[in-house]
Amino acid sequence: MAVMNDLRTMKNAAWLGWQMEANWADPFLFATYSIVKPISATLILVFMYMVVTGGNTDNPYFSYMFVGNALYMYVAEVLFGVTWVIHDDREHYMTLKQVYIAPINFYAYILGRSAIKIAITTAGVIITLVFGVLVLGVDIFLDDVDWLLLLGSVVLGMGCICVLGLALGGITFLTARHSIGINEGVAGVFYVMSGIIFPITALPAWAQSISKVLPITYWMDSMRRAVMPDAMAELSTAAATDVTGLGGVSDLYIMVYLAISTAVFFALSLGVFRFADGVARRKGKIDWTTAY
Amino acid sequence: MEAAVETKSLSRVFEPKKKKEGKSVTALDSVDLRIEGGELFGLLGPNGAGKTTLLKILSTLLLPTSGKAYVAGLDVESQFSAIRQKINMVSGGEISGYGLLTVKENLWMFSQFYGIKSKVALQRIDEMLKDFGLSEKKDAKVRTLSTGERQKMNVIRGFITDPDIIFLDEPTLGLDVNASRVIRSYMIDWLKDHPTKTVVLTTHYMVEADELCDRIAIIDNGRILACDTPERLKKMVKMNTTLSMDVTRLKDAAVLGSFSGVENFTFTEDGDKGLTRLRFVMRDESGVSDIISAVLSQGSRIESLQKTEPTLEDVFIKMVGKGLE
Repeated sequence: MAVMNDLRTMKNAAWLGWQMEANWADPFLFATYSIVKPISATLILVFMYMVVTGGNTDNPYFSYMFVGNALYMYVAEVLFGVTWVIHDDREHYMTLKQVYIAPINFYAYILGRSAIKIAITTAGVIITLVFGVLVLGVDIFLDDVDWLLLLGSVVLGMGCICVLGLALGGITFLTARHSIGINEGVAGVFYVMSGIIFPITALPAWAQSISKVLPITYWMDSMRRAVMPDAMAELSTAAATDVTGLGGVSDLYIMVYLAISTAVFFALSLGVFRFADGVARRKGKIDWTTAY
Repeated sequence: MEAAVETKSLSRVFEPKKKKEGKSVTALDSVDLRIEGGELFGLLGPNGAGKTTLLKILSTLLLPTSGKAYVAGLDVESQFSAIRQKINMVSGGEISGYGLLTVKENLWMFSQFYGIKSKVALQRIDEMLKDFGLSEKKDAKVRTLSTGERQKMNVIRGFITDPDIIFLDEPTLGLDVNASRVIRSYMIDWLKDHPTKTVVLTTHYMVEADELCDRIAIIDNGRILACDTPERLKKMVKMNTTLSMDVTRLKDAAVLGSFSGVENFTFTEDGDKGLTRLRFVMRDESGVSDIISAVLSQGSRIESLQKTEPTLEDVFIKMVGKGLE
């Protein structure tokens, strides 16, 4: 019964999330925005790369960077999005207390809202990758894609990013607008340390040690292995060394690592969320307004 | 019988973020309260009295610092999930609502959080929008509503879930007379239709509290100063009732001052209108019927009659030492 209630809450929260994300413009404008936004964001990095390398998009590093940058949208959007849901409901729409006192699992509510963020981000990631393949020659070939690895990576990776976002969402209960800065900071750490646009081997040894603990590092690597196996192999061969930092790690190891870290972060995020919820209720921060 | 709401030595202290930022504020100080099912209970007090803090604790938004609070017999600290299935809350003076959704969508969404079947919810939404005169705004985006319309929508949101206990925090704050009247009469009708349900209302408005509430608690500085029916509260003020009467010319007005309960009696003749103006200051109302009989037995006719009693405002001033405004 409780599970059914949570699923119903997630469904309703997802419906609300979709209305909030898509209802601000007419469908044509929204569709245009959804296509233009991720491509534009990616083109900034593409132009920077071209200026530095003299337009050498044939190098497998270009595909490495392009795919990493596209997939990073998940990290940024979900981490930022979960925080924004709480911040926006509480301070802008002033509905957080109304939702909070409803007989629902608030954690399920946030998961539902996050699910829509993931769905919309997925569209952005696919649009960006298709643009990369068709226009910029990014090394993704459907015949070479390891679909099983891709499916496993997507499921575990999304789960991991989601629970990370929920932990940060719990912290948002206790902070005002600063929570957005915290999330940008955390997302920034992943951007630098998880091999998003450059391999972790470019980092100093101490930073590489940290990188090899972060689940996002493993997720990025498994996603690249799944969608661009040839380019990844070419990168390692060309450098004749472990250029990505996880060259000696098997696909299975990565999946197990992702599964364990997702489970650990899930328990951690539930704990953080409940703790933060209790503190917020004790300190009277559920209906706090500071920014508007 | 189990109380709808019960508090025992309930206190809430807000500590400053940093010690140098000032002293702690005691919002509630050992509040003992018992509200029975079926009551329309009012909390009357000035700004900062602790009304909203009490409602926040009862609606599981805030934890007490000490003491106990029970809603429908359930502890607000440990059984908050069960409480949430039985309550709802509406705050006045807010502009809450998802502006991108329509009125109907907003109400429907909240009804779904309470597990109401979609078809039932949509039917209730239609009925309630009609009751509140908002039918025409059903498909309007919430961001386009006026303050009063938003407030009405929020009141509907509170009642649509059919709670056992509803907490209304200044629901008519800042609204015009018509909007306030609609909300007040809905509350009364709702309790008539659902006699076991409970409304806990905070208000600034004396008349609202006097007219609506079965019982009223006067609260100031976090303490309950008095709690009783409006009639009994008024009797706490030692103020005499004044009876003013205009009657057609009396043959013998002086005799009226001798009836029981009359403390002071004066009369004046209004020759132009052919009236005798009578003014009685009454210790109690035991002699009122005798006075009227005496007037009528002299062949006189009563043109007007006005009774002035102590108001809730007199009670409030006596208890708190100042008025609300």
